[in-house]
Amino acid sequence: MGLNELTLLEAFRGLREKEFSSQELTADCLKRIKETNGKLNSFITISEEEAMAKAKEVDKKISQNEELSPLAGIPVSIKDLLCTQGIKTTAASKILENYVPPFDATVVERLKANEAVIVGKTNLDEFAMGSSTENSAFGTTKNPWDVSRVPGGTSGGSTASIAADQSIYSIGTDTGGSIRQPASFCGVTGLKVTYGRVSRYGVVADASSLDTIGPIGKNVADIAVVLQYIAGRDDKDSTTPEVAVEDYSEEIAKEIKGLKIGLPKEYFVEGIDQDTREVILKAVKKFEELGAEIIDISLPLTDPALAAYYIIQPAEVSSNLARYDGIRYGFSKRADSDLLNVYLNSRSQGFGPEAKRRIMIGSYVLSAGYYDAYYKKAMKVRTLVKNDFDKALEKVDIILTPVAPTPAFKIGENIDNPLQMYLADVFTVPASLAGICGLSVPAGFAAGLPVGVQLLGGRFAEKIILRAGHQYQLATDWHKQKPKI
Amino acid sequence: MKLSQQEVEHIASLARLKLSQEEKEKYGEQLSAILDYMEKLQEVATDNIEPTSQVTGLANIMREDEIKESGIAAGLLGCSPENDSEMIKIPKIFTDK
Repeated sequence: MGLNELTLLEAFRGLREKEFSSQELTADCLKRIKETNGKLNSFITISEEEAMAKAKEVDKKISQNEELSPLAGIPVSIKDLLCTQGIKTTAASKILENYVPPFDATVVERLKANEAVIVGKTNLDEFAMGSSTENSAFGTTKNPWDVSRVPGGTSGGSTASIAADQSIYSIGTDTGGSIRQPASFCGVTGLKVTYGRVSRYGVVADASSLDTIGPIGKNVADIAVVLQYIAGRDDKDSTTPEVAVEDYSEEIAKEIKGLKIGLPKEYFVEGIDQDTREVILKAVKKFEELGAEIIDISLPLTDPALAAYYIIQPAEVSSNLARYDGIRYGFSKRADSDLLNVYLNSRSQGFGPEAKRRIMIGSYVLSAGYYDAYYKKAMKVRTLVKNDFDKALEKVDIILTPVAPTPAFKIGENIDNPLQMYLADVFTVPASLAGICGLSVPAGFAAGLPVGVQLLGGRFAEKIILRAGHQYQLATDWHKQKPKI
Repeated sequence: MKLSQQEVEHIASLARLKLSQEEKEKYGEQLSAILDYMEKLQEVATDNIEPTSQVTGLANIMREDEIKESGIAAGLLGCSPENDSEMIKIPKIFTDK
């Protein structure tokens, strides 16, 4: 067994007990990446030199018995949407193909302060828009369980890298399901934090009122450790409130007897894959065995929530992506052009089809004459969606649902039908509009493909969903299943 | 609702995108289908409902407007496609007339 197959906590113990070095651990991950990246295309950039140099540094500190963070010396992959100083950050877009940021995102800075070893930048849908990682300008990532299928998106490179043991854990982002859905498709564990729990500073903006950054790992216990170090107030992001960061590793050890789990009927309607539904219902049974109380609830705004999301998200995108104009960074098409043509040519040649589509939807719903009918209406529906969740979460501690209506679909299956692709997000976007937290935990297989169960919790209630997820993983071994690559 | 070619061109110009004829047709159809789907929202009663633009519950966060050295000004400038040591270069925007 390669050291790359270890969990974060196993790797931590091994390093401390000097069973192996960070250089050996890192080398095993890099070897695995090189062996499998041709097949999976999960990495856009591999930072071998920097990783090995960091590992060597940590090994020295360990040999001198310095006090170190549990993250020290452990290889992490980072979605190529987070700025990394001196390492190319592309957002999987041609327009940022050669962008090397002179600064670190706050999350990256915090990982570095804890001596993490960054092995590379993972693939995604361009500017984190999509549900399959097919929208990357650098090629589609393949699902390690079946390379003819998508890994989900947009953090598909990160989830594939964990499923394939290329890195020990990963950092992704979730705007409308971009951690939870690919975690489900790849059979790994992923956390979408409460909006504001983790700083967005230095993360290429998708939709600013929805974007969240969170950990992806091999199990909940690992994720709890990572969250501890990346969460909390950041002066550089004013949307991070002063809410205490709890001791998640301690919290998850508590049993879940008496915990109230709500099942919203709107998430178990027709149209959901039969095998997927059975996997979810089995998970419900397991939670019942563990002592949770299962309660039927209703979230009536579930259906219109998707429509509201696909107005609000593109509206914010059209504004955020206005900065890519060929002037300050990235791709620029200048020959014999006046200023307007620099904008037009740079953007038209730099953005891929989905980015263009969303920018246009956003421009339309914000334009004179349509603002009230679309954008303002969607923001009002968002209020109702939020109220829906708030009301439900007064009655229950956790809301349990499928992550997605189907397991991983075929590459190319939805690419020419954007609306069909958007429908893949139907069970993840409502929670994003409400800004609450959600965890995707492997719960079984449908036709040989992994299926995740989604546990949603209230704002800043990460400790409750992590606890439920961890207790579930103590009683099951779905998260230990590995694909053959 | 089917967006006309003119409407697609108008949206593209708002978005500062130049579209080929083929793109205009493709996006015209796709955007029309997406906007049709959005009609669902009209079925939701939202009278007297306040819009939500963010969910933190935070109000404006103020701080002193102090000058601090970022240390990365040269690095940021260096990211631009055309620059000299202190400026980003852009095409001429005034004509001689």
